[in-house]
Amino acid sequence: MSTTELLVEPSRVSPVQRAVVGAFRSREFAIAAVLVLVVAAATFKSSSFVFSHDGWRDLLLSPSLLLLVAIGEMVVIVTRNVDLSVGSTLGLSAYLTGRLFTDHPGIPILLVFVIGLVFGALLGCINGLLVTVFQVPALVITLGTMYAFRGALVHWAGSKQIYASNLPDSFQNLGTEQILTIPVLTIVGLAVLVLVGYYLWNARGGRELYAIGSDPEAAGLYGLPVARRVFGAFVVCGALAGLAGVVQDARYSTATSSTGQGLELQAVAAVVIGGVAIFGGSGSVYGAAIGAFLLITINAALPILGIPEFWQNAVVGVLILGSICLDRFLAQRRTHRLIESRDDA
Amino acid sequence: MAEQRVDPTLELRDVSKSFGSVAALRAGTLVVEPGMIHALVGENGAGKSTLVKIVAGVHQRDGGTFRFQGRDVDFATTAAAKDAGIAVIYQEPTLFPDLSVTENIFMGRQPVTASRRIDRAAMYAEAEGLFTRLGVHLDPRRTALGLSIADQQIIEIAKAISLDASLLIMDEPTAALSGIEVERLFAVARSLRDEGRALVFISHRFDEVFALCDTVTVMRDGSYVSTDRIEDTSVAEIVSRMVGREVAELFPKTPATIGDVVLEVQGLTTAGVFHDVSFQVRAGEILGLAGLVGAGRSEIARAVFGVDRYDAGSVRLLGRDVPPHQPRSSIRAGMAFVPEDRRQQGLVTEGSVARNITGVIRSGLARAGILTSRAENAAAVPWARRLEVKTGALDMHATTMSGGNQQKVVIAKWLATRPKLLIIDEPTRGIDVGTKAEVHRLLSELAGQGMAVLMISSELPEVLGMADRVLVVREGEITADLDRSDATPESVMTAATRSADSEPAA
Repeated sequence: MSTTELLVEPSRVSPVQRAVVGAFRSREFAIAAVLVLVVAAATFKSSSFVFSHDGWRDLLLSPSLLLLVAIGEMVVIVTRNVDLSVGSTLGLSAYLTGRLFTDHPGIPILLVFVIGLVFGALLGCINGLLVTVFQVPALVITLGTMYAFRGALVHWAGSKQIYASNLPDSFQNLGTEQILTIPVLTIVGLAVLVLVGYYLWNARGGRELYAIGSDPEAAGLYGLPVARRVFGAFVVCGALAGLAGVVQDARYSTATSSTGQGLELQAVAAVVIGGVAIFGGSGSVYGAAIGAFLLITINAALPILGIPEFWQNAVVGVLILGSICLDRFLAQRRTHRLIESRDDA
Repeated sequence: MAEQRVDPTLELRDVSKSFGSVAALRAGTLVVEPGMIHALVGENGAGKSTLVKIVAGVHQRDGGTFRFQGRDVDFATTAAAKDAGIAVIYQEPTLFPDLSVTENIFMGRQPVTASRRIDRAAMYAEAEGLFTRLGVHLDPRRTALGLSIADQQIIEIAKAISLDASLLIMDEPTAALSGIEVERLFAVARSLRDEGRALVFISHRFDEVFALCDTVTVMRDGSYVSTDRIEDTSVAEIVSRMVGREVAELFPKTPATIGDVVLEVQGLTTAGVFHDVSFQVRAGEILGLAGLVGAGRSEIARAVFGVDRYDAGSVRLLGRDVPPHQPRSSIRAGMAFVPEDRRQQGLVTEGSVARNITGVIRSGLARAGILTSRAENAAAVPWARRLEVKTGALDMHATTMSGGNQQKVVIAKWLATRPKLLIIDEPTRGIDVGTKAEVHRLLSELAGQGMAVLMISSELPEVLGMADRVLVVREGEITADLDRSDATPESVMTAATRSADSEPAA
C-alpha cells in the first residue's frame, strides 16, 4: 500500500489497517514516542524518576495544570484564533479560590471548583465577545485582555498572598491524593480531555470548529454559525483556565499576583508541538495533551540528564521550531502527492 | 378547464442594491420556474453576482420583491437561505481543505445517532451514493485538499443535491472545466431539472447556454433587459441586448498621429494564466485590452511591467529588452503602471497628495538622503496643476479625496517619471460619470503628445470609445485584434465569449 493510496483512496484500505497505519503516522504517536524516550533516558540516569512514589506522582501530577490550559487553548487555536489571556485568567481564578476559602470558611470544595470554572468562563465571554463583535484579530484582543486581567489581579491582590494556612487541609490533600496511583488532579484533567476529545470528533459543533479554522470565509458562505462557535471556543478556553486556577491552588497551596504568568505561551507551545496547526483546521486535542506532558516532563528531565537549567528554554524552542518545520515539510509533501495523483488518474 | 398555475420557484422583481454610492443592482428581475434551467447572462458588472448573493443571503436587498416558492422571503444569513432550500455554487469553490470530502458535503447537518453523535458510517455511505449518482470516482474519506477544480465543483454539486435544494444556482461553474467535465456537469444538471428542481446557470459561454438552458434572462447595467425561451432567440440577439447602449459621445478620443513601435511583446507565456501573447503598442496609440473578468488581462499587464514572473517570451521597450520581474528596470526604461486597485496598490492613502505624486521619483528629490516636504511639494505642484487635481492643498490626505481625484493623483505620480508607455488597468472603475470624461480626456491628450497607452477595461463602451485598436483576451489567449473601425460591441463580445475550440494546454 502506497502513501498516495492512503491519501487518495483510504476506503480501499481495510479499516483495521487504516487505523493502525493512521495511528503510527500520526503526530500524536511521534511526540508520544519522544515523551517515552525522554522519560526512559531520565529513568536510565536516575531510576527514581519513574520508579519511586514521588517520582511517579510528580510525573503525572505536574502536567495537570498545563494540560487543562492547553486543552482550552487547542479549542481556540483550531478555529484559527488564539487566546493569550489564559495565564492571567488562571492567576485571577487562583487568587479568587484562596479568597473564597479565607473569607467563607467551610465553603464546599466542589462549589469552589464550580465557581472557578464559571468565573473563567465569564472572562472567556469577554474575549469571545470582543473577538466576534469587533472582528479584531484574537491575537491583539487577548494580548489586551492578558494585560487587563493581570492588572486587575495586581490591583486586587497587591502584595497579599494566599498561603497554605488559608486553605483547608482537605483541599490541599487533593493535590497529593491518588486513585490507583494516579493523582486526582490528573484524573480531572484527563476527564476533561476525554470529554473535549469526544465533542470535537463526534458532535456537529466540534466538527464546525475545525471547518471554521480550515477556511473561515467558506464557513461563513456555507452558513455555519461562525461567530457563535468562536465565542463558544473562547468560553470553553476561559472556563478551563479558571478550573486550572483552582487546581493550581490545590497543587501548590499558594497564589500571588504573578501566578500563571507566562503560562499562555507554554499552552500555545504545547498545542503547536502537539501537531495542531497554528492556522487552525487540523490536529487533535490529544496531541495538545501529549504536548503539555512533553513540555513539563522535559523541564523535569533535563537537570537529571545533566543539562544546565538555562538550556531548558532553548530546548523547548528547538522543539517548537522542529515541529513547525516538520509540519510544513510534511504538509507540502502531502499536497504535492495529492496533486501528482491527480495527473495519474 | 383552467390551466393549473404553479408558483415560480424564485421570483425577484425590481430588486436593488447599492454599496455606498455605487449602485450594483438597480432593478434586477428574475423569475425561475420549477423544472427549468434558466440562464442568466450579462456583461461584467451587469449585477448578476450581486443578484445571486441576495438570493443566497450574503447580501440583503435595498428594495424590490423577493419571493421563493410563492412566499415573500428575506434571508438575513446564508444559513437561512440554505434552510429554505437554496444551494449556490460560487465561481470559486468554497471547501474546507483540511476535512474529508464527506465532511465537506455534510458539515453542519451530519447524520447523527439518537445520542446526537455523528454517524460516520451512514455519512460515508451517503456520500458514496451521491458520487455514484454523479458518476464520479472519489473516495469519500480523502481530504478536499488537492482536488482538481472540476472535482471541487462536483463536491459543491453533491452538497447541493444532499441538501435536497429546490433551487440550485451555479455561478460560472464551467469556467475551469474541460469538455468532458462540462458534459458530466450538464448531465447532472438535466437530471436535477427532470426531478422538478429549478436551476440558474450563469455563464459567458453562449454555446453552453444554448445547449443546456430552457430560458434566458439578460441583464445590463444592474437592470433586467429581457427573458426569452431559448428556442425563440439567438446568440446575436442576446449579445446585442447585453451591450445595447449608446457609445459615441462620452469618450472623446482625439485622433493622434501614430508613431514608432514603443512596446513589443513576443510570445509571453505563464503556465495556466496566459499563452503566447504577442502585441505591439505604438507611440500616440491607445491599445485597448478587452475581455471578461478573469480572462488574464491584468495578469498580462502585470507581467509586462515586471510585477509578476513569466515563463517564456520577451518584452521590448523602444527596441531594448526589458528584463523580466524587475519593476524598477521597467520604470527606468520608461514604463508606468496604474494598477486596477488604486487604494490597495496605487496610493499611500494615509499620505499627502504631494507625497503620493512624488512617490516614484523620490530618490531623485532627496538631498544627501534626506527628503523634505518642501522638495516634495515643489516637485508635485506642476503635475497636480496639469491634471487639475481638485484638492484644497497638496498636504491633504489622499484618503479623503474622491475616486476620480485619487485616480488623477496616481496618474500624476507616474507622469512625473516621464514615461514612454503608460499601462492603465480599469482607468475609471468606481469613478463618477463626470470625472470619467476627464480621465478619458487626459488619456487622449497624453496619447496626442506621443505617449503609448495600454488600457485595460471591462467597460466595453470605454474600450470602444477610447482605443485606436482593441485586443480581445479570452482565457489567456488573444482571440481578436480589431481596428477602431472594426470594433463593435458584437465583435468584441463574440471574441471574448467564444468557448475554447480545443483544450487549453495544462
